[in-house]
Amino acid sequence: MFGKLTLDAIPFHEPIIMGTVAAIGLGGLALVCALTYFRLWKPLWSDWLTSVDHKRIGVMYIVLAIVMLLRGFADALMMRSQQALASTGGPGYLPPEHFDQIFTAHGVIMIFFMAMPMVIGLMNVVVPLQIGARDVAFPYLNNLSLGMTAAGVVLVNLSLAVGEFARTGWLAYPPLSELAYSPGVGVDYYIWALQISGVGTLLAAVNFVVTIFKMRAPGMTLMRMPVFTWTALCSNILILAAFPILTATLALLSLDRYLGMHFFTNDGGGNPMLYINLIWAWGHPEVYILVLPSFGVFSEVVATFSGKPLFGYKSMVYATLCITVLSFMVWLHHFFTMGSGANVNSFFGIATMIISIPTGVKIFNWLFTLYRGRVRMTTPILWTLGFLVTFVVGGLTGVLLAVPTADFVLHNSVFMVAHFHNVIIGGVVFAVFAAITYWFPKAFGFKLDERLGKITFWFWMIGYWVAWTPVYALGLMGMTRRLDHLDNPVWHNYLMVAAIGAVLILFGILAFVAQILVSVLNRKALADVTGDPWNGRTLEWSVSSPPPFYNFARTPHVLTKDAFWEAKKEGVPTEPEPAYAEIHMPRNTATGVVLTAITVALGFALIWHIWWLAIASLAGVIVVSIGHSFNENRDYYVPSAVVRKTETARFRKLSSQEV
Amino acid sequence: MTVHNNVLLYDRHSAADHEPHHDAAGNVTLGFWIYLMTDCLIFAALFITLVVQRGAVAGGPAGRDLFDLSYVAGETALLLVSSFTYGMAMISAERGRRGAVLGWLLLTLGLGLGFMGMEIHEFAELIAKGAGPDRSSFLSAFFTLVGTHGLHVTVGMIWMVTLVGHLLRRGLTEANITRLTCLSMFWHFLDVVWIGVFTVVYLLGVA
Amino acid sequence: MHGSHTATHSGAHGNVRSYSIGFVLSVILTALPFGLVMTGSLPKDQLAPVCMAFAAVQIVVHLVYFLHMNSRSVRSWNGAAMAFTGIILTILIVGTLWVMYHMNMNMMPGMMPPQ
Repeated sequence: MFGKLTLDAIPFHEPIIMGTVAAIGLGGLALVCALTYFRLWKPLWSDWLTSVDHKRIGVMYIVLAIVMLLRGFADALMMRSQQALASTGGPGYLPPEHFDQIFTAHGVIMIFFMAMPMVIGLMNVVVPLQIGARDVAFPYLNNLSLGMTAAGVVLVNLSLAVGEFARTGWLAYPPLSELAYSPGVGVDYYIWALQISGVGTLLAAVNFVVTIFKMRAPGMTLMRMPVFTWTALCSNILILAAFPILTATLALLSLDRYLGMHFFTNDGGGNPMLYINLIWAWGHPEVYILVLPSFGVFSEVVATFSGKPLFGYKSMVYATLCITVLSFMVWLHHFFTMGSGANVNSFFGIATMIISIPTGVKIFNWLFTLYRGRVRMTTPILWTLGFLVTFVVGGLTGVLLAVPTADFVLHNSVFMVAHFHNVIIGGVVFAVFAAITYWFPKAFGFKLDERLGKITFWFWMIGYWVAWTPVYALGLMGMTRRLDHLDNPVWHNYLMVAAIGAVLILFGILAFVAQILVSVLNRKALADVTGDPWNGRTLEWSVSSPPPFYNFARTPHVLTKDAFWEAKKEGVPTEPEPAYAEIHMPRNTATGVVLTAITVALGFALIWHIWWLAIASLAGVIVVSIGHSFNENRDYYVPSAVVRKTETARFRKLSSQEV
Repeated sequence: MTVHNNVLLYDRHSAADHEPHHDAAGNVTLGFWIYLMTDCLIFAALFITLVVQRGAVAGGPAGRDLFDLSYVAGETALLLVSSFTYGMAMISAERGRRGAVLGWLLLTLGLGLGFMGMEIHEFAELIAKGAGPDRSSFLSAFFTLVGTHGLHVTVGMIWMVTLVGHLLRRGLTEANITRLTCLSMFWHFLDVVWIGVFTVVYLLGVA
Repeated sequence: MHGSHTATHSGAHGNVRSYSIGFVLSVILTALPFGLVMTGSLPKDQLAPVCMAFAAVQIVVHLVYFLHMNSRSVRSWNGAAMAFTGIILTILIVGTLWVMYHMNMNMMPGMMPPQ
């Protein structure tokens, strides 16, 4: 009836876990009480959960990502503190079977449930506005994609309270991840959380590619698109090319575990090396999926706050396209030591070095944009400068690791761990903070507190360097990754410094949370009245903050790059049009929410081998999806009177601000 | 009233002038095509796995011990004819003949059911003689690749039934024609994959 | 609004003649490799390339006659998507086969299949 599920699945005897679960439970309860007290259930349902508006969906993705950042970072603090405490022979406070789940969850959460939703959320909020569109190509699928990601988040968090998580590391290599060596439910939680959210990610990519190809405003040729939209396009193309490999590979692993097949088992002729090859064929493009939009953010920020057009637009575009294709030709550098031999290793080593060239082109373009610009030292620019310094160092250590002979010494040492945190934090995390600061006013109508923004930056910047420089050193000294306890007094000192760095980053995160709270409280003083708080260059700044739900009252007609900047030179409209056409908009729908709930049940059932529930949920998914196709009430027309009213109100507000 | 129309923003033809017509059907068919490309990649991973693991028979039977090529030729014939019959359905849709569309769809469905029946029978036989997917890595790869194709065919057939329902309800509307077009792409794509299957799995497996 | 013709997009819609030609060509391109293998007419080392060649041609036949690929549709976004997929497929297939061959040879020498 309940498959493998028993009350024993709840880890009553683990105080740390039970404490965390209790805290989450209390927090959830507090949230429910607050929602009830402020009567927010109805707007939560009708304005947010069932919304097909890309701006709302994007915000929800980002909120999800921030929440998961907290959990993923808690994992990081636990690892740092454990290693600081347990490096002189003692056991620390985390036994290995617990520590192993923590480093696995840390990686899975940070990549799949923090970075990916963050990037997809940003693309959601910004891209349709940047291309002058009213929404994405498939608004309902957009809602569904968010739901699938959320279902994955639910499963990962459920694993904390019911059962366990994988102990295999974030890529779950076999044979460790096979049933023989991971008989529990941990790897199954991993598999289904990723497969389900993977569906969401793939659908989102189809959505964005069609949107960018087909829904640009008239006159916006590809070479007039903002660079962020270019990087979003390439990132989504990479998702389309890479995620199917992940889907297939995890499916093969689950067939081994569920049906006794022998793809990657030690017996029956299985070949674990095949898994590693396939998973990294996905894994390498994945990091470019994250970093390309990050580069796009910096392109926008640098141009806006230097008051100059981005230097070398064409070369930026070509560099991005090169990276997109090349990212598929380097994946073996993740397993030089697995034994493919010198010829194969050399090819991939050289390809890896080559891919650093287009990235270098981008760095120079950003530097040349800043040069001779009237640079305003705002928070987003600080994040950009921090990125330029930090990411370049990470790239350099990457080029070092690209040399196969060097990698033979450094593979699976903490030097490698420091390298990828260097590029991910310096590249993706810093970009995310810059992007949130930059586009927050557009989404919510008020800016974020600048002082707390700078405080956040400095804690992160200093914290990052204090945390990770010792780790580079430790790697060169020979320390292996993923150690639960060790006995080396010299290394212990370095680990203590690294732990202090982690605490500094913690202050950075707390400052960020404080920044949001303070800004909300101060929102009237921080209001963005004009919709263009930074003297921006691209179309999103031409509408109000927040934009009307239809984005543009009239679809803009674009004639150049930096379309809004060029238009501003001639002067912006100061009054509404005499008349507006009706606007065709999609309706909200509950189908996505329903499918999400059923999918969580499906995942849970598969994990715990509750077969009747799995079959029923699968049937439910099919029936609801087919039923949805018979729903013809999917869209409506916004009357021109409503549009006129909204636009008139906007222009009235604008003119009342002029002195 | 000031007019700003030189560089951007508003095409000053007429007040309530036409908004650019979004080609909804074109978006859907492009989106579906792109999804099919990703499906291609999933199949590629499964093909690669089979080719790499073809020799991993763990002391058990290999392709030449198991495959009956004339049987596979029969399956191939059914699928190929079904691609033709679906094509006829599309032509009838073009000509607005709903009844003919339904007829050709049902024929296609019948051929698909025949194909799946043969495949399930083949699988059952293999499992019965101890050559199931858990016997060896090669057999795991075989069952998964061919089975995934079969699963797609099954999904296509469920879709076909649903589409019959849509056609009975509303006839040959623009939305239904878009659905027919997408299913057409899907169905032909499955025949393309099958070309790969019978070549790489069966013909080269027996050689 | 614009009639049902805009729904069937990119390129020719096909007619009975083109589907029939495609069908007949496919039958031939299927029967030939089946025949060659079943009668054992070809030497072993030629079988793989010959069968793959037949498959490649038949796939093109399907693309042209069933999926209505023509010189115009190839220059659309659909064509671009297909071309890009082709590039990725090539890299993935060639890359993995090359890598796995060497991995197996170096790390599992006793298990090498007779290729």
